[in-house]
Amino acid sequence: MKPASFKYVLVETWDAAAAALAEHGDDAVILAGGQSLVPVMNFRLAQPAVLVDVNPITDGAYLRVEGDVLRVGALTRHVRFEAPGIDGPLGRLFPRVAHHIAHLPIRMRGTFGGSLAHADPASEWCALARTLDAVMVVQNAKGERRIDAADYFRAALTTDLAEGEVLREIELPALGPDWRCGFAEFNRRAGDFAIVQSVAAIEVRDGRIADARIGVGGATETPQRSAAAKAVLAGGAPSATLFAEAGAAAADAMDDLLADQQAGADMRRDLVRAMVMRALEDAVAAG
Amino acid sequence: MTRITLNVNGTDHAVEVEPRHSLVDALREQCGQTGSHIGCEHGVCGACTILVDDEPVRGCLMFAVQADGKKIRTIEGLAENGAFNALQQAFHEHHALQCGFCTPGMLMLATWIVERGAPVSDDELRDIMASNLCRCTGYRNILRAVRAVLDGTITRGAGA
Repeated sequence: MKPASFKYVLVETWDAAAAALAEHGDDAVILAGGQSLVPVMNFRLAQPAVLVDVNPITDGAYLRVEGDVLRVGALTRHVRFEAPGIDGPLGRLFPRVAHHIAHLPIRMRGTFGGSLAHADPASEWCALARTLDAVMVVQNAKGERRIDAADYFRAALTTDLAEGEVLREIELPALGPDWRCGFAEFNRRAGDFAIVQSVAAIEVRDGRIADARIGVGGATETPQRSAAAKAVLAGGAPSATLFAEAGAAAADAMDDLLADQQAGADMRRDLVRAMVMRALEDAVAAG
Repeated sequence: MTRITLNVNGTDHAVEVEPRHSLVDALREQCGQTGSHIGCEHGVCGACTILVDDEPVRGCLMFAVQADGKKIRTIEGLAENGAFNALQQAFHEHHALQCGFCTPGMLMLATWIVERGAPVSDDELRDIMASNLCRCTGYRNILRAVRAVLDGTITRGAGA
């Protein structure tokens, strides 16, 4: 299918992008990698009147550690995370997560910020952003605003981004050397959307889990953090038994599970159990 | 309508497109280069894979206006002096096509892999080529053909 007609606006700076959004209001949509937006336009599920192409922005793609913050430019392509060039547990986690995103040619076009703005329930980066308490730095024609991940994801394909706002940067915590990060995903075919995925980050000190951030994506409309899994893990020594208990606790506590032709709610609940357990195992194994 | 210039296989095509026209539609309908095939039109099948500035791109997910002034390569640009190049020869010898619909995309993706020049394990090759679908399911022979070129077993075409 072919997309409906639209006006095409090319911008070279974030200020120009914000100005274009201000001029065209709710009818305008940002075009980044286009790997999710263009398919829904081709299906005519989205018919934006104006596309603001931000690809020419030259300072939009970066991964930069500043103190205890890792700054990710919204235009950073997925493929960059396969060789992120940063030390620490996140530097080791990123390639394992990125590899699950579609296929290499898609990863060479699609962007980190685009994924977060699109907010597909199955998005790997959305699950990671929620798990790690990312902060979205958004800009409109008047200034900028920071949105915590906990407030950012509103519903499937719906974020807190308001009319006129463009996502410019994502801040992640640059986790220190005591942290171990893991990822697990279940889907039907290589490169397909996740049915359920989990991101696990645990801080291990003196053989005990001092802190834990356990996230689940694909199971519900928006990525969730599991307080139940964290409660099981807190203070415990990492072990297969503990990780299995954390997975079971996460699964028991899930509400409003999605159900579709790929997997019903019961299957998704069981996948939450398995993915949380496997993400924790991955954290310890590869970490 | 917007005036753009598409540089396709080294030749400039000055064309008029609507912003909504996909790059692969513009190649086929405005530039007359019908070698690139349109399959699913939502980025799943990879049949329309072309190289834009030497990187593989789903031609159905890029608008033609985005490719203005960029260097585009399609299957029409592979033959050398009217004869198969090495990849085309390898596809021929290894029977890597049946109906041929996916072949233009497969060849362009494989071209990128070969030109990248990096070592590619069998697992990596399978992982990258899994980006494109062959509904004749002739995957094994496609992998064999690309492998033959990567290994230097086939280095040139023998003539179309």
